[in-house]
This record gives sequence, C-alpha cells and structure tokens, in this order.
Amino acid sequence: MIRFLLIALAVVLALPSALPLAAQDKLPPAPYAYRQLADPAQEAKAHALMQTLRCLQCQGQSITDSDAPIAGDMRHQVRVRIEAGVEPEAIRAQLIESYGDYVSYAPVVNALTWPLFAIPVLLVLVIGVVLRRRLTTRSA
Amino acid sequence: MNDPVPSVPPKAPRWALWLPLVLFGGFVVLVLFGLLRPAEREVRSKMIGKPMPEFSLQPAVADRPGFARADMATGQPRLLNIFASWCIPCAVEAPQLLALKQAGVQIDGVAIRDQREDVEAFLARHGNPFARIGADNVSAIQFAIGSSGVPESFVIDGKGVIRYQHIGEIRPEHVPVILEKMKEAGR
Repeated sequence: MIRFLLIALAVVLALPSALPLAAQDKLPPAPYAYRQLADPAQEAKAHALMQTLRCLQCQGQSITDSDAPIAGDMRHQVRVRIEAGVEPEAIRAQLIESYGDYVSYAPVVNALTWPLFAIPVLLVLVIGVVLRRRLTTRSA
Repeated sequence: MNDPVPSVPPKAPRWALWLPLVLFGGFVVLVLFGLLRPAEREVRSKMIGKPMPEFSLQPAVADRPGFARADMATGQPRLLNIFASWCIPCAVEAPQLLALKQAGVQIDGVAIRDQREDVEAFLARHGNPFARIGADNVSAIQFAIGSSGVPESFVIDGKGVIRYQHIGEIRPEHVPVILEKMKEAGR
C-alpha cells in the first residue's frame, strides 16, 4: 500500500514537468523587473509610480503587485527611465498616450470625471444651506 | 394641533413620496446593466492615427533582418504583427498571416520575449510570412504603440502612421477586414 502511494506521489510530482508550459516565455525577467534601483530616492519615486500603474494583463492589479511578464517589463521600463532622470509624471503621461487613462490608477479631472469631484462639494453646500435655513427658522 | 403655526414649511407634493423608490429602481437597473453586459477586457491602443514612435529592433532570426522606425515609412502600407513562439493563439493565426502574405501584404513581425532557436522552430513549423523580424525582449515596443498582449497586429500606412489595431489572433473571418484596412491605408 505504502509503495503504491509513493509511486502515485512520484507520478503526480512528475506531471507538471511533463506537460508543456503553455503561453509562458522562457526568458529571464527583464533586468529591472525584480531589482531595485541603486539610488533609494530614485527607487522610491519609481515605486510610487508603479503602484499607480495598471497591469495590462491582470487588470485589477498594479504592476507592483503583478507577476505577469508584461508587468515585469513595464517595471523595467519605469525604473530605466527614472534612472535616466525622467520625471514620473512624464512616464505616466507617455503610457496614457499609448493606452489611455485606463492604464493609470491616479484619478484625473477631465470632461468625463469632473462630476465625481463636483457632486460632493455641491452636496456639502446644499446641506449647509438646508441646515442654516432649518436652524434659523427654529430659533426665530 | 388645531391652531395652525404660520412658520411650518409647506408639505412636500405627493409625488415626492415615490421619489426614493424611483431612485432605487433606477439604481437597480444600473446595477443589472453593469452585471449583464460583458465587460470590455481589451485595452485598446490610443496610438491610432499617430505616427509610429522611435524604435530599433535587432533581428530575431538569422534569415530575416531586424527593423527600425524608418523602415516602416516606405510609401507602402505594412502590417506589424506582434507575436511570440510561446504564444498559442499566434500559432492559430499563422495560416491567416500566410494568406495575407499571399494577397500581397508586407508583414513585419516583432518576437516578444523570445529566443532565436524557439522563433526559428516556430517559423519552421507554422510557416514564415514575415519580411522582417525584430526581437524585443523587454516588450518596449508594446508600451510605445499601446499593445497589451500577443498576438496583436497593426496596420501602418506608407508614412509610418498607425491606422488600425487588431487585438488577438487573426481568424479567417478577419482576413477581409485587414485587407480592407490595408487598402484604406494605401490610399
């Protein structure tokens, strides 16, 4: 029985290596995909930017969180450009030019999104006016 | 109770009673709409209508040259195919790329995160429709042209302007569309 179980275990362990790895490249990750920049200040800048960039493959994750190859390549791009002295917002702007706002998690105010920012302000104003009216009529 | 107080605000109109229900109903409709409509998962390039950015790629295989931005603006429209030997849909679209080549389309390929012997084996097995094949081991060209995966194909006109993006494998039914877009780009 034990021998049978051991054989079964060996077969199960051998299986993954026997199956072809589908849709997986064999190249090692890009140099800066998993390596930090030497300068801590630059790395901090890069990290802050990478946390607000969307992984194109795992779209609910930032590129910092994702292990998808394309996310690693994007981290490499970000770090290389930060190292070359490019400002984080310029890198973000370039990616938005390629992919649109969707690639960035940082909120932007534009023709489509301004109500999101305006409505809370408007609500607070309305509440203020209503409260004021109520309180003044009560005391009168 | 009987003596009316003049400072009491007037009663809200009757229809206002239904307002919360109507708002709630509207919210439910909105949620159902979002739930039942299949979400768009593709990230489309925003580079359509813009010129190809600067790039330069080393050859990915021995018998085809690499290429650069200048090679894309030759006066004739070209198809830029982003592929990889490790990508299964890329093998699915191979016959369609060969058909496009037969129809006279000039196709340049970019092998993403690939190794020379793997690309050569892939082309030996599935055919080689490419005039040039560049190697990109860090997906840099994808970030420059707004491509978010493999395979993707871009129609580039004779001036080097990106005119059309096809996301995913080219199936037989897509071939006429691509030919039409190539023709439009050639005008």
